[in-house]
Amino acid sequence: MNTFTTNIQLVYILAAACFVVGLHLMNSPATARRGNQVSTAGMVIAVVVTLVLLIHEGTVTAVGWTVLIIGTLLGSVVGLYSARTVQMTAMPQLVSMFNAVGGGAAALVAVYGYIHDESAPGGVLGTTSVFTVLDVIIGSVTFTGSLIAAGKLQGVITGSPVMIKGGRAINLALAVVALGSAAFMLTTASLPALLLVVLASLAFGVLMVLPIGGADMPVVISLLNAFTGTAVAMAGFVINNWALIIAGALVGASGGILTKLMADAMNRSLGNIIVGGFGTGDNMIAAAVTGDVQIRSIAADDAAIQLAYASKVIIVPGYGLAAAQAQHGVAELAAMLESRGIEVSYAIHPVAGRMPGHMNVLLAEANVPYPQLKEMDEINPEFGRADVALVIGANDVTNPAARRQGTAISGMPILDVDQAKSIIVVKRSMGHGYAGIDNELYTNPKTSMYFADAKKAVAEMTAAVKTLVG
Amino acid sequence: MSTALVTDLTIFVLALLVGIEVIGKVPATLHTPLMSAANSIHGIVLVGALLIGLTAHNAVGYILAFVAAFFAAANVVGGYVVTGRMLKMFRRKPQVPAPAQAQLNGQTKEQPKEVQR
Repeated sequence: MNTFTTNIQLVYILAAACFVVGLHLMNSPATARRGNQVSTAGMVIAVVVTLVLLIHEGTVTAVGWTVLIIGTLLGSVVGLYSARTVQMTAMPQLVSMFNAVGGGAAALVAVYGYIHDESAPGGVLGTTSVFTVLDVIIGSVTFTGSLIAAGKLQGVITGSPVMIKGGRAINLALAVVALGSAAFMLTTASLPALLLVVLASLAFGVLMVLPIGGADMPVVISLLNAFTGTAVAMAGFVINNWALIIAGALVGASGGILTKLMADAMNRSLGNIIVGGFGTGDNMIAAAVTGDVQIRSIAADDAAIQLAYASKVIIVPGYGLAAAQAQHGVAELAAMLESRGIEVSYAIHPVAGRMPGHMNVLLAEANVPYPQLKEMDEINPEFGRADVALVIGANDVTNPAARRQGTAISGMPILDVDQAKSIIVVKRSMGHGYAGIDNELYTNPKTSMYFADAKKAVAEMTAAVKTLVG
Repeated sequence: MSTALVTDLTIFVLALLVGIEVIGKVPATLHTPLMSAANSIHGIVLVGALLIGLTAHNAVGYILAFVAAFFAAANVVGGYVVTGRMLKMFRRKPQVPAPAQAQLNGQTKEQPKEVQR
């Protein structure tokens, strides 16, 4: 390693350090923006030093410069446009798309490494490492898997699990083909083998995500995020670049942690989610209520009285709230209650949105101050002191049946909504959540059901509170 | 196993452990911006895409370089911009006092778009 390349590597390490510091600053909303700026600075440093290296080496052809510059500029424009215009509700799709292109780019780096080595004197023998083939496999699986996940989230592909007959056998066969050809590639230079690995991995990615239901998307996105990170780290091994290795490892760790958190929050194992089922889609099935169960229905006026004369209100938002675009209305209602000296906080279940932390972003966008957003462990002990728990668009995560054995959601961590002194549930019908079981909270004597669309209900309650307190 | 490979592996394992340590401290409130930030960080693959240019001298090489650079640039630019956009929304206090906020509802910059959906 001569002095020049050593210096380049040192600058890459500086960039990687910026990434670590940037992520570290994300441990509090107060410093998170600075964290993003530090991380951006690291990225600019890494890209600039790479350009310096390219110019110094002087081996990039005129066509080479042209394709690199046009490719980068076009990509930047597309990235910038989507980042500027995306709705916060569509955030999971965008993250999924970025996972796809990141994984795809990592796979292409390895593919080029392999093709390039093959054309070099002496061929590929001995120079193709296990990292090249891992990069190609993981990158390709991430690419198509993330595209399918984004399609499902966007509603282009059905959110319900798509079960293909013999799908598991096909998946197993694809895995065997990909790994077999990859092993062959390690010993023999073979373009067809590479092609086979790519195609089998791409198909595997599609078939892996198709059977997974909409409710499991937070886990899938996190997992694909971890995959992308791993693929990028592998690309770092292929081109022997520490910045890629460190950045990839950091993302892999982040994706892995979030995957585990999300799976735990649904009390499901990763294997269980990948195999499919349970996450049976976004369609609410209106179910007949059995005769002997008493349901108490409530109108806006009564709900307003309960809310306006409470001293502590906990709002429990679920994805239904975001789907109805009611987050701004809820924030307005909460602000009005607060101006009356009522203590308002939000109880946020880890899987309340379509990706980890999604609900927090949606509420932050609606101008809810972040100290009011409480995590499950923090808010659960407070339900006992709450006069009213207002459940909007959340279902399974509030079902006390999870505390008993033998139900579809047994063992799933839930919000202790039933501990509140009174409970108002805003819901369109008595339909089931993803788990497809009755919610015992609705038949609790303390519970009143407010049957309406979330946005309409919130507007009605706000108006009623306004009239009530003048 | 070559020395370079052992070094690379050491770096990988240590970075993984640092990642677990640092990211374990991020509160659930920030998990979406965290994932988005992680997304922008894996945009570092842009460096890998640019380095293809060093040795690319035929059509296949150019095409791979172009697509990889396009993908990676979209990843890195989009990732940082959207993370910044999200983090800007996290405020300790509402931007305007509560009563005024009720009147202003629907007039802030980002809201009209939401209503159309």
